[in-house]
Amino acid sequence: MLLIRCPYCEQDLPELEFAYAGEAHIARPQDPSKLTDEEWRDYLFIRSNPRGHHFERWRHINGCARFFNAVRETVSDRFLLTYRAGEPRPDISGLTGGSE
Amino acid sequence: MTSCRVPNRGRVDRSKSVRFTYDGKTYHGLAGDTLASALLANGVHLMGRSFKYHRPRGVVSAGSDEPNALMGTSRGPGRFEPNTRATIQELRGGLEATSQNRWPSLAFDLGSVNDRLGSLFSAGFYYKTFMWPRAFWDRVYEPIIRNAAGLGVSPTEPDADRYASRFAHTDVLVIGAGPAGLAAALAAGRSGASVMIVDETTECGGSLLSEPSITIDGKPAWDWLAAATAELASLPNVTVKPRTTAIGYYHQNLVGLAQRLTDHLAAPPEGAPRERLWRVRAREVVLAQGALETPLVFDGNDRPGVMLAGAAQTYLHRYGVKVGDRPAIVTVHDSAWFAALDLAASGAKVAAIVDVRPTVDQALTNRARALGIETLLGHTVTGSSGRLRVKSLRVNRLENGRVGASRNLSCDAVLMCGGWTPSLHLFSHTKGSLCWDDKLQAFLPGKKTEAVHIAGAGRGLWGTAAALNDGATVGAQAARATGRQASAQTYTVSGDRIGSGVTVKELSTDRKPARAKAFIDFQNDVTAKDIRLAVREGMRSIEHVKRYTTNGMATDQGKMSNINGLMIASDALGKEPPQVGLTTFRPPYTPTTFGTFAGYHQGSTFELTRKTPIDPWAEAHGAAFEPVALWRRAWYFPKSGEDIHAAVGRECRATRASVGIFDASTLGKIEVVGPDAVTFMERMYINAWAKLGVGRCRYGLLLGEDGFIREDGVIGRLANDRFHVTTTTGGAALVLNVMEDYLQTEWPDLKVWLTSTTEQWAVIALQGPNARKLLEPFVEGLDISEAAFPHMSVATCKVAGFPARLFRVSFTGELGFEVNVAARRGRALWEKLWQAGQQYDICPYGTETMHVLRAEKGYIIVGQDTDGTLTPDDAGLSWAIGKAKPDFVGKRSLSRPDMVAKGRKQLVGLLTDDPKLVLQEGAQIVADPNVPKPMPMLGHVTSAYWSDAVGRSIALAVIADGRVRDGETLYIPMPDRTITARVVKNTVFYDPDGKRLSA
Ligand SMILES: [Zn+2]
Repeated sequence: MLLIRCPYCEQDLPELEFAYAGEAHIARPQDPSKLTDEEWRDYLFIRSNPRGHHFERWRHINGCARFFNAVRETVSDRFLLTYRAGEPRPDISGLTGGSE
Repeated sequence: MTSCRVPNRGRVDRSKSVRFTYDGKTYHGLAGDTLASALLANGVHLMGRSFKYHRPRGVVSAGSDEPNALMGTSRGPGRFEPNTRATIQELRGGLEATSQNRWPSLAFDLGSVNDRLGSLFSAGFYYKTFMWPRAFWDRVYEPIIRNAAGLGVSPTEPDADRYASRFAHTDVLVIGAGPAGLAAALAAGRSGASVMIVDETTECGGSLLSEPSITIDGKPAWDWLAAATAELASLPNVTVKPRTTAIGYYHQNLVGLAQRLTDHLAAPPEGAPRERLWRVRAREVVLAQGALETPLVFDGNDRPGVMLAGAAQTYLHRYGVKVGDRPAIVTVHDSAWFAALDLAASGAKVAAIVDVRPTVDQALTNRARALGIETLLGHTVTGSSGRLRVKSLRVNRLENGRVGASRNLSCDAVLMCGGWTPSLHLFSHTKGSLCWDDKLQAFLPGKKTEAVHIAGAGRGLWGTAAALNDGATVGAQAARATGRQASAQTYTVSGDRIGSGVTVKELSTDRKPARAKAFIDFQNDVTAKDIRLAVREGMRSIEHVKRYTTNGMATDQGKMSNINGLMIASDALGKEPPQVGLTTFRPPYTPTTFGTFAGYHQGSTFELTRKTPIDPWAEAHGAAFEPVALWRRAWYFPKSGEDIHAAVGRECRATRASVGIFDASTLGKIEVVGPDAVTFMERMYINAWAKLGVGRCRYGLLLGEDGFIREDGVIGRLANDRFHVTTTTGGAALVLNVMEDYLQTEWPDLKVWLTSTTEQWAVIALQGPNARKLLEPFVEGLDISEAAFPHMSVATCKVAGFPARLFRVSFTGELGFEVNVAARRGRALWEKLWQAGQQYDICPYGTETMHVLRAEKGYIIVGQDTDGTLTPDDAGLSWAIGKAKPDFVGKRSLSRPDMVAKGRKQLVGLLTDDPKLVLQEGAQIVADPNVPKPMPMLGHVTSAYWSDAVGRSIALAVIADGRVRDGETLYIPMPDRTITARVVKNTVFYDPDGKRLSA
């Protein structure tokens, strides 16, 4: 069971309190009707699924109920950092914590 | 029965005799015994039969790695456990143990004929022997294998015991309370850090319990041990947990512990839990699990009486039991020599020490010879005899790599030692890497992934002094890592028994290796030749060798077999052991009961049951219940003698004839409030909300962005900035989650607040032509006449004096109301309506009648008539779409090519040619039942009921191009017949003009 830091509660809390919510930084297009079928398909279904650092969304469902973003290393299952929804995609080049 | 108890040895309490039975026969042991030590004390070595060949087996170890001495234990109904390890089970008064895997008796077992047919059961026999003929598999082979498979017998009664679970947090968790673990706990504990130290056995001490002769800091080992445990007990920041096995090591230093609480007690306190699962989050973990002794692989190494030399030491020193009067020792490691010396000192006549190594430390040989023990260096073992107990050992001199002449050693026990393997199972759970140490010929811990420290024999440091000093160093390190000041003390040990040894494959023999029964995995009956056969037949990866031979797949998870399997496989593959590697260790470390994992989640606390405020009334009125999501809902209300069909038919008729009352409190409810509430609703739901007036309701449909129906429900507008959203019973959490997601992450600029109000409102539905007449006298402050309060109205008012939200809605096609009152008023309102309704023959109905009534009207149930692949148009609901809206969740997907293509499945009605026949929900529908299988399937039946109102069976179905098939006959092939049915485009079977809604 992972420990996850909720950036709103500012506490490391057990995974039981959280729900995973898919890849992060995939914004809903402002006007979907302007998108081609291929662009809309990409928005709906195409995900990066990396071996390594994954930007993803979590919800502190059994806590403050807020959605937030996280960077997790998919091999070690370690979190590099978590940050609030709406904040820009962080530069993680200086971070090493996750990759063992 | 002979007693093999040695005077003045062991930690058993000689004043406390403990009576127990084994295979129905009564024996006596001593307090402090394990089941295995008590049996050995009674001279009983035969403790089981092997899995495949049913060979007689005795105890091999004295710990949790035991592969053979697995027994059924019982303390009465519902308290039977198979595969109890006799080496772990503490003796308790009245313990009933039975041997396994034998018929009719342990000493005479018919299944042992498999032993003679050994060639049939070689490696991969599952895959080869039973392949042909195909038809034999189902009828002959499979039932026989099933019957023979598995050790022991599964209990058939529900587990009568209780189980507990707890979380804990600690600075330092020490796993293993041998010398290394104790020293680590002392060093960390003295620093003030919170420390938890656990051990899977009954008391602290580990190897010290089997080595009382050494001295630590001038004290006899057991005196030092007593002082150390007393100091730990005196430290308030230290918790010591014996009988507690660390079963799994998970992310971020979360360790699962299985604590045995009552299995050792003759009379457990009433209601006391049997076991407790701990989830411990530690800042630092110290693994002090020591090393496991490896058996030697030679023909007949599995006869009762053949065991690990270290186990014999433990039986002698910890339990005061001599495992044989004439033991022979076979070894490649010095440690077994000490067993020989100690047994000789206890009066045993050691038959010989056979050491494969040509030279051994002269101090050892001198001491052995001084005691008159014959030492056979540079010898191999090529066989043994004795059916139910070993009688002799066949040994041969090794000369320049050749096996010389043999001689027989008569003996009544064989103590073997193939070296020691650091116990790194838990370390491997963390994906820590293992590095082969050429000098030690063992895998040692490599790269770590967690805040973990390995101490003592776990990292290849042999001997008590090394264990103590390493433990102290590591314990201090762990404490410092948690921010404490800590230092490691130095221990001085005299009489330490540091040995060395080599690692070997199966022992050389002068006999045909193909005939040798030289076992590696005792429990799964895997021999050295099975491993070689697997390699010959093309298995290259150790993981494949494991699965082909089942080596290491028994309940001991290869604790005893892994290294021998590796040495032989790497020899057969012509590779070095590290190139071959070990198979993956997975939790749990030892077999763990289901009860421990289930904890409190059993019986009535398995899952929570949500009940509405009206539930007690339903129960008092004899309702049958069904689970819906986590709710318990009234299903139907049978009168005496009625089955479900009779009851539902009556409830349906009564509702359509006069008035029915229904508890709809489980409906999901979300209050959507705020200046931007309309904008939010416009974006979320497919419907138009801007022009919905205050006091009006609308049927809302929610899609995913993929355009498929996710949820539906009636939504009322209570004010310009306030909506009362209802969802399905099971979908409330999903809808709130989706709404919150968009609100928090896509449209955080919208001023909208969402509140779950499902449990705040009790909802009572009154449905039927007399619904208004019944309700009207109770309503204050609202005119509910047809003109003033038409279908799809909502208003706040008072009902029976209680503040209420009143909806004029119908899920039955009848004139209907849904009264929402505060949950605490629900029961009272229900009772009042029930009383007043008697004049109208009011009828309570349950979910089954609700389903029938709605199906008669063609109202869908999301999740039953839809399955996540239906668009609004597929479900015939495109009328609900707000056509003028530029966007809503899922809108863009509705114009994707596949979403508008021909051939989509559409919801239609289905009428069987035989009106009495009710179709089966889920049944597949085809156009032509005479084409060869697999037939092209057009769709399936989603809802099917007998309808009293229509006078025939009705069904809903999703069928490819369903609407253009109006009037077409299709086929529903069932196992016993093929049913014909006609497609009807219009899914409204009853009152198609909807006149009754406004009756
Ligand atoms: Zn939070």
